[in-house]
Amino acid sequence: MDKRLLTREQIAKRIANDLQSGDIVNIGIGIPVLVSNYVGPDAEIIYHSEQGVLGMGKKAKPGEEDPDLVNASKEPVTLVPGGSYSHSADSFAMARGKHIDVAILGGMQVSEKGDLANWKVKGVKLGSIGGAMDIANGAKKVFIAMTHTSKNGDIKIVKELDFPVTALRCVNRIYTDMAVIEVQRDGLVLKEIASGFSVEDVQKVTEPKLIIDEDLKEIQV
Amino acid sequence: MKLINKIYDSMDAAVADISDGSSILFGGFGGAGVAYELILALHRQGAKNISAVSNNPGYHEEGIAKLIAYDRISKLTCSFPNAKDSYVFRQKFEEGKIDLELVPQGTLAERIRAGGSGIEAFFTPTGVGTEIAAGKEEREFNGIPCILEKAIRGDYAFIKAKKADRWGNLVYNKSGRNFNPAMAMAGKITIAEVDEIVEVGELDPETIVTPGIFVQRVVKRSGL
Repeated sequence: MDKRLLTREQIAKRIANDLQSGDIVNIGIGIPVLVSNYVGPDAEIIYHSEQGVLGMGKKAKPGEEDPDLVNASKEPVTLVPGGSYSHSADSFAMARGKHIDVAILGGMQVSEKGDLANWKVKGVKLGSIGGAMDIANGAKKVFIAMTHTSKNGDIKIVKELDFPVTALRCVNRIYTDMAVIEVQRDGLVLKEIASGFSVEDVQKVTEPKLIIDEDLKEIQV
Repeated sequence: MKLINKIYDSMDAAVADISDGSSILFGGFGGAGVAYELILALHRQGAKNISAVSNNPGYHEEGIAKLIAYDRISKLTCSFPNAKDSYVFRQKFEEGKIDLELVPQGTLAERIRAGGSGIEAFFTPTGVGTEIAAGKEEREFNGIPCILEKAIRGDYAFIKAKKADRWGNLVYNKSGRNFNPAMAMAGKITIAEVDEIVEVGELDPETIVTPGIFVQRVVKRSGL
């Protein structure tokens, strides 16, 4: 069978399947932004956005934009009925105070302990943190959406981070273009594999030894 | 009898007394909720060696990027200094003309809220095990490792709100609220740039976000 890496959209769709109606979800930039496109119409997900929007809606249509209503990437968005605004300290109290059910974030590196690096490339002097550290630490669950290896083929799922740390022991699940991996106390558990790939294929591009789930499945997207 | 009146006639009058070396809290997230006209007035006024607190460093040459471009800001406390359009800050930082204190955004907001609330410092898990923790006291509470973060206050706070009255009560527009309410609390002299000034009593007391106790000066935007 053909080995087919998942597209960014397919990774997003796979993550959307793991959200539950009623979840309060914070979405980072990159692949995570795409997730809301794949949430079914019968699921009621409330999106939190760090600058003080709970109940963020779709991007604003032309003519509908308000420069005071933006997402974390500073693009104009809308508010859903039932949505509310809060100031930054309260908005981050939602994140830091363990009120957010799921944060879906991008990743540069994830360690086998669930440590996350996603704010600055190794060796660079100037980086931006924004809300990354607060949200990675404070969300009840952290899902990472990323490619399995970097553009240069570097391994991103590692034993120990060598990129600047965002937060320690914070990641619950890693969704890549090749696999779904759960971070458990005794290590990384391979739960699902993209169509056509073998366990060996995934292990070859994953530094820590993977624990193979008894119920290993093909990713359905 | 003299009525309370915090309204200033112009942006220039509202920033006239700001001296070199002042610390200023600048509200805003990206371009939302930024007191652009107050910043322009401060630029005309000329104060330098400003210690600035702002989530972002301003984009292109707008907002505090203009002050940075003219070397008026000597230190910036900020969570997101490096964005595509924040080239002014990047250049001055590379030239060594401005110092940076990088702070996670939630810690930044909380340090400001603490500053306005008489809390000198607090412990938080955010930043543990990262470069942010360097030099900070670490302690465990309830089995959770935390670092000590100190309050932030400003000699001034530049606030952008939607409406005010002469008592300084403020309401905001949407996510333009962001850092403004916490900064209003933490500024010794808080100056609010507003779209509209209404009579005392017109703002619904249930919807006032920043009560006037936290605001010293109010100026209406010219909108030019």
